[in-house]
Amino acid sequence: MKTIKQVLGGDLRQYTMVLALAVLIIVFNVISGGRMLTPSNFQNLLSGNAYVLILALGMLMVIVIGQIDLSVGSVAGFSGMVMALAARDYNLPWWLAVLLALAIGAVVGAWNGFFVAKLGIPGFITTLGSWMMFRGLVIWISQSISVPAPEELRFFGAGYLPEWGPTFTGMNNSTLVLGLIGIVCFAYFQLKNHKRQGEIAGGVQDPMWAVVTRIVLVSALIGYFTWLYGSGRAGTSFPIPGLILLILIIIYHTLTQRTTFGRHVYAVGGNKNAAALSGVNVSRTYFLTFMNMSMLAAVAGILFVGRATAAGPADGTSWEMDAIASVFIGGAAVSGGVGTIIATMVGGLVMAVLNNGLMLMGVGSDKTQVIKGLVLLAAVAFDVYNKSAGRPSIIGRLFGSGEEKKEG
Amino acid sequence: MASNSLILEMRGITKEFPGVKALDNVTLKVDNDSIHSICGENGAGKSTLMKVLSGVYPYGTYEGSIFFQGQEMRFKNIKESESAGIVIIHQELTMIPELSVTENIFMGNEITNNGLINWHEERRRTVDLLEKVGLNIDPDTLIKHMGVGQQQLVEIAKALSKNVKLLILDEPTSALNEDDSANLLELMRGLKKDGITCIMISHKLNEIAAISDAVTVIRDGQTVESYEVVAGQVDEDKIIRSMVGRSIENRYPEHESHPGDIIFEVSNWCVEDAEVSGKMLCKNSSFNVRAGEIVGFAGLMGAGRTELMRSLFGRNFGIYKSGTIKIHGKEVELTSVESAIEHGIAYVPEDRKTLGLNLLDSIRKTIVAADLKKILSGWLLNPDKELAAAEEYRKALRIKTASVDVGVNTLSGGNQQKVVLSKWMFTEPDVLILDEPTRGIDVGAKYEIYKLIHELADQGKAVIMVSSELPELLGVVDRIYTIFEGTITGELPASEADQESLMKRMTVTSAA
Repeated sequence: MKTIKQVLGGDLRQYTMVLALAVLIIVFNVISGGRMLTPSNFQNLLSGNAYVLILALGMLMVIVIGQIDLSVGSVAGFSGMVMALAARDYNLPWWLAVLLALAIGAVVGAWNGFFVAKLGIPGFITTLGSWMMFRGLVIWISQSISVPAPEELRFFGAGYLPEWGPTFTGMNNSTLVLGLIGIVCFAYFQLKNHKRQGEIAGGVQDPMWAVVTRIVLVSALIGYFTWLYGSGRAGTSFPIPGLILLILIIIYHTLTQRTTFGRHVYAVGGNKNAAALSGVNVSRTYFLTFMNMSMLAAVAGILFVGRATAAGPADGTSWEMDAIASVFIGGAAVSGGVGTIIATMVGGLVMAVLNNGLMLMGVGSDKTQVIKGLVLLAAVAFDVYNKSAGRPSIIGRLFGSGEEKKEG
Repeated sequence: MASNSLILEMRGITKEFPGVKALDNVTLKVDNDSIHSICGENGAGKSTLMKVLSGVYPYGTYEGSIFFQGQEMRFKNIKESESAGIVIIHQELTMIPELSVTENIFMGNEITNNGLINWHEERRRTVDLLEKVGLNIDPDTLIKHMGVGQQQLVEIAKALSKNVKLLILDEPTSALNEDDSANLLELMRGLKKDGITCIMISHKLNEIAAISDAVTVIRDGQTVESYEVVAGQVDEDKIIRSMVGRSIENRYPEHESHPGDIIFEVSNWCVEDAEVSGKMLCKNSSFNVRAGEIVGFAGLMGAGRTELMRSLFGRNFGIYKSGTIKIHGKEVELTSVESAIEHGIAYVPEDRKTLGLNLLDSIRKTIVAADLKKILSGWLLNPDKELAAAEEYRKALRIKTASVDVGVNTLSGGNQQKVVLSKWMFTEPDVLILDEPTRGIDVGAKYEIYKLIHELADQGKAVIMVSSELPELLGVVDRIYTIFEGTITGELPASEADQESLMKRMTVTSAA
């Protein structure tokens, strides 16, 4: 037991959610007769959920700052629709339409941010208003009819990494390279972190063999998924939306853990008054967090439209709920100040795997919804119980802030 | 069995947390109808002991036994201890500001007829209770409209409504001004006559000396001493010696300042209340501080000391009306906290927990929080620089902690204050404003903070120290300004001032 703990590097309970995710995948794989762990299923799982996970990135920051954004689904739908309409009716080139969608995200974010930051209206109310407004606007401008999207966007919504180089590797070489980069980065950050642990007086340094074992295990895991994604039928590989998500995860993990702005987000969420007295511009932090959220909503909308090849009037309906659920399953606190990008991604993947596995088992969307609701409650209740028993939050501090992400 | 003259006896109480023995075989005996004071440094185990007594830590989670009025008690929760007649009033008041006095007093114990609240009866009883605690207000007054001193009295009235026999007051006067404190102590004497025993936890030795019948000193989770005293004839130094386990010859370190040029000068500073228009919080305040000088601000609670300091610190409080600030002789306009920090001002707020710290953060993140620019490498925060800074201050200020990675919420009050001071020293300010820097921390830690203040002055910083404790100001600072109702009413060198001369200026208007 102690050996396992050392390999995992700290508190076993921190890994509850990761463990739950692994168990879910394995159980679903067994029940569905091996249909879970197939290249095409996992490719679909990733490209079909990337947009929710992207929303969750922004939502994590909104929730850490002590607010909530209910408008993201509507904003995603609205920016996707404007993009499709601009390309069809005004013959805008696809890249200009994409930029237009992002700009709309920024403007909507500034709108939300203005009410929250300058007028002090709670985010819940501000974005409840935006949620209605932009849902109405989507239906209004589209006249309730789907609009075809530019062909080029399909690459971003459902494309795959290109094939090149020798065939003896037996898999997609782009995916292979990505996996190798992931392994090298993980090993590098683990070793760097190990070295840093040793410099903290009174801190606990994991033994070297544990770090090495951890690197080997995670490398094997990344290797497995590299193989899974890279060995599908010809023309498929690691999906482009997955790659975009991966890049955004790295950016936002760094943003929240390693930049002044990220520190300010946690400071405002933890204690607004103390933050203000430490020189943090609280209202600017609110403003930027909301603006960022809506821009990510636009990105999600673009990817979704690309994948669906058309923008529909109902696009984005209830996405905000999935994003919020991911954040809370990932252990963020409703009162703000607590939560990490990586834990949120694990939370989002739990939801995605549940969706996917239940679908493979032939469970209807009605029952799936019930099960997802129960899982959300159970995860949060478990976390709250652990906190109230005086223990540190299990999933909330998942992978302490000093650690770097896994990739693959 | 406990003898009949004892209302409470705690025997051999041991309470362990993972890795720490918070209480080690503690014994406490409290006589009927007495005022019993418990002293000890922060983290000595006083609060833990009271939590054991009141059932916050239920029977079975600690070792030892509790006898109350001759019977052994095994409380499972606070409700049980309250129904036995033991009530705690915590340092942080627990009233609901938006509700009335009556509603707060009967919160959780509402008087009902068939499920409906009997307002008439509740109000009638409230009036009685308020009379007992000497508070002459309308029972429908909202708590938010009352001062801290009055709220404290309502808390006591609430305890009385529960038929209390043993009242525990945790630092009851820490937020009160001198008048309210004296009033409260008088009330405790009255309660004693009415047959209510009080246990008082306090850092204020003069108060302990004034009213105690018995004193118990706890250090490092153990009872060091417990003896009966005669109120008014308590040897304060003896208590201090047993609290810290060493003798402190002088409560204030020796220091000689070498003031240089005036580096911080405020002229005709006027600030209006943000909530009550037309009400001035600061009226034409002018003062100056020299490099290497420690200047004290004396004033009663609500005199406008904090308001003045916070409005100087980037207009963080109230509405700025007029006035100028000169730093190193140059006039500056500080419109935000950010710009104040950039111009070399630091402000350590009076309320550590709500204004000074993000209790979710670790020590290392807190120490660098006010000047993140210093740990940037390009766009990114550099963890190595952060760690180096945190370690430097941990060593320099002797912050007692296993590691700088632990949360600030795990530290004792004195160590938390050292973290807050580190955070501001890290910004390398020229002007350091300390608002009640020693509130709620123990004698040993206070001494260390005083020494630190002296060191900062010796480095040529201008230090402003706001304090409610006059002996502290007289012992530490070089020059004292008095303030009353937003007006600076006097300026005295500390060597010429005494408590009386200061108090006079703190209670008169400048016109008088």
